[in-house]
Amino acid sequence: MNLRRTRAIFNKEFIQIWRDPRSLAMAFFIPMLLLVLFGYALSLDIDNIPMAVWNQDGSQTSMRFLDNFKLSKYFNIMGYYDNYPVMEHLVDKGKAMIIMVIPKHFSKQIQSNGIAPLQVIIDGSDSNTAQIALGYVNSVVYSYNQKFVKDALAVNSIANATPVDLRSRIWFNQDLDSKLFIVPGLIAIIMMIIAALLTSLTIAREWERGTMEQLISTPVRSIELIIGKFAPYFVIGFIDLVISVVVGIMLFGVPLRGSTVLLFVTSGIFLTGALMLGIYISVAAKSQLMASQMAILTSFLPTFMLSGFTYEIFNMPQWVQYITYLVPARYFIVILRGIYLKGVGIEALWPNIIALFIFSFIAVRLAIVKFKKKVA
Amino acid sequence: MFTRIAALIVKEFLQVFRDPRMKFVMFVSPIVQIMIFGYAATMDITNIPTAVYDMDNTKESRDIIRDFSYSKYFDIQNYLQKEEDIKYVMDRARIKAVIKFNHGFAQALTGNDSAPMQIIVDGTDSNAAQIILSYSGTIVNNYNARALQDRANIFIKRKNIYPSVELKDRQWFNVNLYSKNFYLPGVVAMIVTLMSLILTSMAIVREKEIGTMEQLIVSPIRSIELILGKIIPFGIIAIVQMVMVATVGVLWFNIPCIGSIPLLFGATLIYLLTSLGIGLFISTISSTQQEAMMAVFLFYFPAILLSGFAYPVANMPQWVQVITTVNPLKYYLVILRSIFLKGVGINVLWDEMLILLVMGVAVITLSSSRFQKNLG
Repeated sequence: MNLRRTRAIFNKEFIQIWRDPRSLAMAFFIPMLLLVLFGYALSLDIDNIPMAVWNQDGSQTSMRFLDNFKLSKYFNIMGYYDNYPVMEHLVDKGKAMIIMVIPKHFSKQIQSNGIAPLQVIIDGSDSNTAQIALGYVNSVVYSYNQKFVKDALAVNSIANATPVDLRSRIWFNQDLDSKLFIVPGLIAIIMMIIAALLTSLTIAREWERGTMEQLISTPVRSIELIIGKFAPYFVIGFIDLVISVVVGIMLFGVPLRGSTVLLFVTSGIFLTGALMLGIYISVAAKSQLMASQMAILTSFLPTFMLSGFTYEIFNMPQWVQYITYLVPARYFIVILRGIYLKGVGIEALWPNIIALFIFSFIAVRLAIVKFKKKVA
Repeated sequence: MFTRIAALIVKEFLQVFRDPRMKFVMFVSPIVQIMIFGYAATMDITNIPTAVYDMDNTKESRDIIRDFSYSKYFDIQNYLQKEEDIKYVMDRARIKAVIKFNHGFAQALTGNDSAPMQIIVDGTDSNAAQIILSYSGTIVNNYNARALQDRANIFIKRKNIYPSVELKDRQWFNVNLYSKNFYLPGVVAMIVTLMSLILTSMAIVREKEIGTMEQLIVSPIRSIELILGKIIPFGIIAIVQMVMVATVGVLWFNIPCIGSIPLLFGATLIYLLTSLGIGLFISTISSTQQEAMMAVFLFYFPAILLSGFAYPVANMPQWVQVITTVNPLKYYLVILRSIFLKGVGINVLWDEMLILLVMGVAVITLSSSRFQKNLG
């Protein structure tokens, strides 16, 4: 490998990037946009669930029962209605998520120690939110019922302590702030997107414009060409990494409890693999449209969907879980969350770091071998 | 005029499918995407990897552990022997929750005292942690309800002396609360959007980049014909993909499609006006395919993330909710979900359709005039 020729390719690529300032600007702007969107705009935390109520009973007892929902931060009683069609329309338009109907004789049943039915209808289109909402309704009803039993025991002067007192402790993210979960994982997504967006087109472009023939006819060797193409994008990717880390800590207050050095070293390994994968795609595709499609299919989607970034891997069917072992971001995200939130180091993360190494090594080999074959 | 447009359409199809791999990418990639979403994208948390650290080791503690393992939510994977083991398994992200009993748990319980038990939850994924807490709360609540009833039955020797509210819950639209029913209509929207954006913008910029645009301009073709010849083929491809994805969703994943099919096509056509128009617009501001691809994602990411696809719009801060009102994807998604899951018709969806139509006409007119100016 000749350093001078590699530098020449590096300079050429750099000038080409520089001449297209809009692409360069977007290479920095897209990561920031994603950080801001995920940090400020998106949240799966559920409160103020809009609830429409039809109180057919209208008694004191039913009002006091409803107070339990009014006082909970999870529910927002948006209004009282007296017929189904109006409430159904609210659900159809997505304005109400829960319809609660307190039937006639609700208070009579309660006063005569009977079982009072309570009708709750939940819009299940968003299954996750619906499930959580149902859990909240259940726990309100549970504590309402429990009070009767406890009172009965107390009246008969029998110990009425709660039998099992569940004490929960939350590690690593005490306030269950979803930002702390998303921002570290987002670094992996950003690295992958930038790598795929930038490098997947770089060699395909030379093929399409016909400049590849010119490059091949020069004495430059394939390894020099690949490294010269790789290096400027590595610089851009690394700047994006630094931006993400700084924005995460300064703007969103995500704690970086582990070693910063380890964070940057592992990110470098991942970034190398991701960029080389992009180059491999670029060599294989030959047309930019094809390259963009392949990049989306092989890097974007798996990174978003199968890495554990938003969807927990343990929830997936077994065969999909096996596929996730092929997704490099899966290992990187465990490393990122480990370093950021758990403050652990190599002693806990080494299997994942080795997996990242293997991924990068394979990606580098693939890119070089594919390129040599295409040129020959 | 029509023969010239037809000629262009034929040329465009020939060009896209000249690379046989493109056929594969075009028609296999949507199927792969829906498969990944159908199987992997689930927010329903089940099989939580759980460990038990039971220092009490009595019938009572084992009863509660059994309640946990009998629920489909907790998958008890190992029994820990030492306190340090908790940190070990949690650090390595192998276990998401640890159930812990101290000595004297059973003693306190049988002595009618409050017996503490602990659940330690990995809070890294705040959403999953919240659900784990709610599940464990429900399991312990049920145990407590039985224990209190038993106590009451033993001491008071009268059954049902206390009233209770019985929750009769019903889900609408997505009876079993399947995540896939929620996501798959969204995948249709994602694929239609991304494909129409990328294909239109890259195909036009490609002509600019390799210099064939000049040839097109000097041909007798008029600019409006050029625009139509460019967007019609990609509109057709997007519709074909929509049909494929929807078919797989309905036949393979049993997504209900209870609404009107013509309405589905009508809404997609109206939506395509906007998304093809934006693709056309991007082509007028980009001089390289690289730029076009980045610009596509600059639009695509916020459009997806702020559409309610995965993150409910109602959870966003007020100012972000205001921004989402100009997001065409949000309206298309509401329409798709309503047609698939709720089966509602034009009488409910007319306002969303109208907004999309106005947006579509505005966007396509603006970008066409910009495109014509660019040519002139």
